[in-house]
Amino acid sequence: MNYLIKGARPYGGDPADILIKNGRIAAIGESLSSTSAEVVDAAGLIALPGLVDLHTHLREPGREDAETVETGSRAAALGGFTAVHAMANTDPVADTAGVVEQVWRLGQEAGLVDVVPVGAVTVGLRGERLAELGAMADSAARVRVFSDDGSCVSDPALMRRALEYVKAFDGVVAQHAEEPRLTAGAQMHEGNRSARLGLTGWPAAAEEAIIARDVLLAGHVGARLHVCHVSTAGSVEILRWAKGRGVQVTAEVTPHHLLLTDACAESYDPVFKVNPPLRTDDDVAALRAGLADGTIDAVATDHAPHAVEDKESEWAQARPGMLGLEQALSVVVETMVETGLLDWQGVADRMSVRPAVIGRLEGHGRPLAPGEPANLLLLDATTRAIVDPATLASRSRNSPYAGRELPGRVVATFLRGVPTVLDGKATK
Amino acid sequence: MKRHLLEAADLDRADATLVLDTAAQIDQALAGREVKKLPTLRGRTVVNLFYEDSTRTRISFELAAKRLSADVINFSAKGSSVSKGESLKDTALTLEAMGSDAIVVRHSASGAPHRLAHWVRGSVVNAGDGTHEHPTQALLDAYTIRRRLGRLEGVRVAIVGDVLHSRVARSNIGLLHTLGAEVTVVAPPTLLPVGVGSWPVEVSYDLDAVLPKADVVMMLRVQAERMNASFFPSAREYSRRYGLDARRMSLLDDDAIVMHPGPMNRGMEIAAEVADSVRSTIVEQVGNGVSVRMAVLYLLLGGNEPA
Repeated sequence: MNYLIKGARPYGGDPADILIKNGRIAAIGESLSSTSAEVVDAAGLIALPGLVDLHTHLREPGREDAETVETGSRAAALGGFTAVHAMANTDPVADTAGVVEQVWRLGQEAGLVDVVPVGAVTVGLRGERLAELGAMADSAARVRVFSDDGSCVSDPALMRRALEYVKAFDGVVAQHAEEPRLTAGAQMHEGNRSARLGLTGWPAAAEEAIIARDVLLAGHVGARLHVCHVSTAGSVEILRWAKGRGVQVTAEVTPHHLLLTDACAESYDPVFKVNPPLRTDDDVAALRAGLADGTIDAVATDHAPHAVEDKESEWAQARPGMLGLEQALSVVVETMVETGLLDWQGVADRMSVRPAVIGRLEGHGRPLAPGEPANLLLLDATTRAIVDPATLASRSRNSPYAGRELPGRVVATFLRGVPTVLDGKATK
Repeated sequence: MKRHLLEAADLDRADATLVLDTAAQIDQALAGREVKKLPTLRGRTVVNLFYEDSTRTRISFELAAKRLSADVINFSAKGSSVSKGESLKDTALTLEAMGSDAIVVRHSASGAPHRLAHWVRGSVVNAGDGTHEHPTQALLDAYTIRRRLGRLEGVRVAIVGDVLHSRVARSNIGLLHTLGAEVTVVAPPTLLPVGVGSWPVEVSYDLDAVLPKADVVMMLRVQAERMNASFFPSAREYSRRYGLDARRMSLLDDDAIVMHPGPMNRGMEIAAEVADSVRSTIVEQVGNGVSVRMAVLYLLLGGNEPA
């Protein structure tokens, strides 16, 4: 099936028609026509390249009650994504070629987004010895991003070796920066609010110390480093310094760290418990500025579905993490576009182009231009709606945005010319 | 009064004063009586839901409810459905279905009473949650200070010890501030939270310098195990620098009092001769606890007969 998208505004610019043929963009221009194509009325909608998430927890295998590759893929498509990186902290851990190929195959079967498995850096995420990184890189899943996310590769010697080793296949180590000795029992950002709430603090320095160490190591061995979910103003400064020195470091920020602060913890509602924790207003401002000036390369969701019983509990007992795929673009519109910090080209760059480059994905993060793969989304940026977790495609309900009004609605998503979302609904 | 008592901030000055005045009335009403029982909460049900062992607090609440003629159910997490994995929410809904009017909860997780209050219609009284708050302890301390010194406004209170992990300290700081007292916290810097600067208190690391200016010294329990996590080098060093012994007690003003929420580590944060001295209110605090908890239950459950 071919599609003729009428009147969309590529990158928020002047209206144009986009003709999709055989999975590729055939033409972009005024008053295009085609007898064989189905017409999609996109008057007033913004067209962007399909989004790429560097950081998604799909929970399969192991916690299919919280999310599956299929339900997570659907949530991703509804959020405008055409590719997601599935984190390795499943059960069993994605630390062998067998597990990453299974996840990859499940993604192909769901057929809603390209599911790109992330391989564990160390066996069982235990931080003791390297997993078979090369086998995962050479597998059908073509793993290029390696991460122990959820745990930090805290041993500096092991981290150095991992950074060096993945150079052989142009891989990157995505570090969950958290010095474990400084965060034992930590529940929320350490500051005025943790002092009052009596919740054990997670100091900013525990993140910043690891980032500082790792950029020095990456510089020393000439390897690529990616920093997951940067959450503090100090981290942004360290990254800016490292990039200025020519270190090959990239970084991501989550939608929730761009919008929410540790004030949310005052309710003791564990839906706001996340790792790294929500920080302060000053951190939020620094993260937005860092994303705007490119110090932070990408927005990544850290979509972390959890079953009801893992969240409807005491704060300390609850698992950390929150949903993100379906609201990520809306949060970026609210925090970055409506504030004037990013234009639509900037949104495409931080949510599609750069994450695709970091993950070494072919066919994603490409410009909206003739000849390119037809991975794109159509956004109605003018509507606002109140988030209702009950309506989400994710199997879980732990959205921190419940009851909050956010701008923007993804009307359509195309994956290689095939609509995965039309009229705001998943096509399968 | 709000429906729940979860933290000191739930009480404004008028509410807090009302609790203290009601406790005083209760004390008066019961003074010299052989049968120490009032009929005010007859037919009402109070559940003591204790997820942490705390014999003294549970007994104090139990006695308070019984003296108001309420039916009291003690629900200890050990050996109950809780140890079989029942969630706090399910337990709350079960107690709700059984018709409890008030739940007194002790829990090791900060904020657990807030969650509970979210799920039940009855009143929730926080009997200590993690390292967060213990508001009835603060009320009984304020009541004790007022009885001994005759006032709270302008009273200078030194709170000494493991402020970082102390729910007693957090509740006292909030309530004493509401009631117009001036609080100084004294501790090694490792046992003060990052963020203490945002509290309405003075901060000192030097106990000897603070004592001569204090009307009240409130000693907090310090667990010797904290030294294993390097909060301080040894129990002996802690005791030398922050323990209240006879020499330090002599630095106090003649009328100053010494308080401790119990249970004490004699020889650690407080010397036996201090704990047993005339300045010590430690036993008195225990007795006042029952009266103050009676006042809290009475006011929350809207007892309509005069106390």
